[in-house]
Amino acid sequence: MGNVARFILRRRGAHGSGKGWHWTDVFTWVWLIGGLIIMFGPAVWLVFSSLKTPAALAEFPPSILPYVTSQATVEGYDKPLMLYNATMPDGSTRVLAEVRRIGLVAQMVDPNAPGEIVKVNINDRSPVRTMSFATNNYTEPFVHFDFLRYLWNSVFVTVVATLITLVVNSMAAFALSKYEFKGRSLAMLVILATLMVPLSVIMVPLYSIISTLGLFNSLWGVILPTVATPTGVFILRQYMLTIPDELLDAARMDKASEWQIYWRIVLPLTAPALAVLAIFSVVWRWNDFLWPLIVLSRRELYTLQVGLSIYSGELNVQWHFILAMTVVTMIPVVLVFIFLQRFITTGIAGTGLK
Amino acid sequence: MTTPSLSSLLMVPVNAVMRIIEAPLRRLQKATGIGGMAAFFLAPNMLIFGIFVLLPLVINFVYSMTGGTAFFLSERDFIGGAQYSRLFECQNYLDPMSCQEDAFWTAVGNTFWFVVLQVSLMILTALITALILNRELAARSFWRAVFFFPVLLSPVVVGLIWKWILQRQGLLNFGLYQFGMDPYTWLTDRNWTFAATIGVSLWAHMGFYALIILAGLQAIPKDLYEAAEMDGTKPARVFWRITLPLLAPNLLVVVVLALIKSVQVFDEIYVLTGGGPGTSTLFLTQYIYETGFASALRNPGLAAAASILMGGVLVVLTLIQLGIGRRGESKGKR
Repeated sequence: MGNVARFILRRRGAHGSGKGWHWTDVFTWVWLIGGLIIMFGPAVWLVFSSLKTPAALAEFPPSILPYVTSQATVEGYDKPLMLYNATMPDGSTRVLAEVRRIGLVAQMVDPNAPGEIVKVNINDRSPVRTMSFATNNYTEPFVHFDFLRYLWNSVFVTVVATLITLVVNSMAAFALSKYEFKGRSLAMLVILATLMVPLSVIMVPLYSIISTLGLFNSLWGVILPTVATPTGVFILRQYMLTIPDELLDAARMDKASEWQIYWRIVLPLTAPALAVLAIFSVVWRWNDFLWPLIVLSRRELYTLQVGLSIYSGELNVQWHFILAMTVVTMIPVVLVFIFLQRFITTGIAGTGLK
Repeated sequence: MTTPSLSSLLMVPVNAVMRIIEAPLRRLQKATGIGGMAAFFLAPNMLIFGIFVLLPLVINFVYSMTGGTAFFLSERDFIGGAQYSRLFECQNYLDPMSCQEDAFWTAVGNTFWFVVLQVSLMILTALITALILNRELAARSFWRAVFFFPVLLSPVVVGLIWKWILQRQGLLNFGLYQFGMDPYTWLTDRNWTFAATIGVSLWAHMGFYALIILAGLQAIPKDLYEAAEMDGTKPARVFWRITLPLLAPNLLVVVVLALIKSVQVFDEIYVLTGGGPGTSTLFLTQYIYETGFASALRNPGLAAAASILMGGVLVVLTLIQLGIGRRGESKGKR
């Protein structure tokens, strides 16, 4: 146990002398623990909130975990009554159901013996609460709203765009890394220059092009403008440059066609870089917002991101549904984070690109 | 008998397609030679680039010189520089309300203050985080992941998470309530909302910049620190004399990168505040979006003109970044 504590609290200068805590050690741990709470806290709060009933969501102060006030149907009363723990004048507590409240006095009955009305001061009672997960926050948007459709649209856009990105970018990277031809550096320059053309600068003319091509209100209009990513070409080309040209020459001697060289030799060897690009692409396309918002105006075509933002902007926001769907939208990204975070962080540190 | 694995099953149709297209491609190679194949490999990417990036870039200039509400260029009238002069028509440049396009100047002002505050706070917090992650820590990759987590979240999710927290019955008010303070409607207050936009974008992106700075820190040769330790140099002096100067090129790139991203701020803020209350968090990209598409009196030409002005700022920033990168590269080679 002592060893564990020493390992976790290892600090500067701890190898040699047993010096006390330097202020930087204290600061480090305050920053790390604070970071842990601030970075994960909001997402955890979102997940807890998404499991609450609308009534529990409207409560202030809110409870951390999803509780609901228990109710009971009592003989002789039409509606279910709220259950309370009431403190009796003699100090004992009883579980009572509230019939009505007049001023500071609540008229209550025992659910098991509903004949007699007990009067209790409202300060002497507290609601009986049980933990309960409002799972219909998750099921109802799928059944009664179009969220299943939005989920499908998001998956379609993400998968198709990523596949096209991988094929098209790897072909371009292959040409730019393994062939000598006129205009190669011009092509490279053009691709790198487009790194500085963000969507916000070209969205008006891009929209007119999409409309001219008949891709307005089509998922292909969302997919196509995103697939020729300069980042992707860049990452793959850097990687393919490390593949020795002798390998290609040997294959050519064996009468392999250029396409076979690309498909059978270069692509398999580029697998690690392709994996990084695939992860990036999935996260990018899943998270895209502004462009789908512009291209898609029919409800049945919305992606999850667009659907969520439109629903949450409506006048009477049904937060219990919005929160649950936000969690659903978050799930793929959290999975990527848990299992593939290492690839992304090394990818970013290596290229400086997001 | 061996059972085929899932991945090999998935590859069956792919391989079938490949077998079919192999023969025609071989014929193509015979006809065009190896150089022609290079063009063939490059073509799809360049085609998509040309149609969806380069072409819009060019017609954006044409757009910005036309008027009307139609989207097809053929239906728009040429009006020369009128959209630009409309953007710049002001009685007093320090007061957005005196301009004809007051929303544009409000957005410019908001974006300016957002960029200044967000980038400086971003660099400060990212640098501190990176320095801490660079120390000898137990479970360092875990801590690195902690700060990286929000980076992957979608802007819509980020916006909704914080909208929920800043609600009247939200987590922030709950925290204040625990300390005996009154709840407050944060997102109806102009100044607090503006502060919230900065805080939320810090939360969402800080880990990304911390990661790049961390990579820069780890590239600093360890023997410099060992030498300093042997000389008994004070930690503060080590930081100012070794860490900071050697980190400077990396830090400059991060600053410019943060500036470029910050100027384009939109998604999470749009979901969080919608530009409100009033126009207190209306930023440039939202102005362009609403002028071009959303508002009832849409004016694509005006939006194009505004986007070209913003593009100009971005090009300058990118050229600075490339300049720094080139200098750093040549330094590294020597």
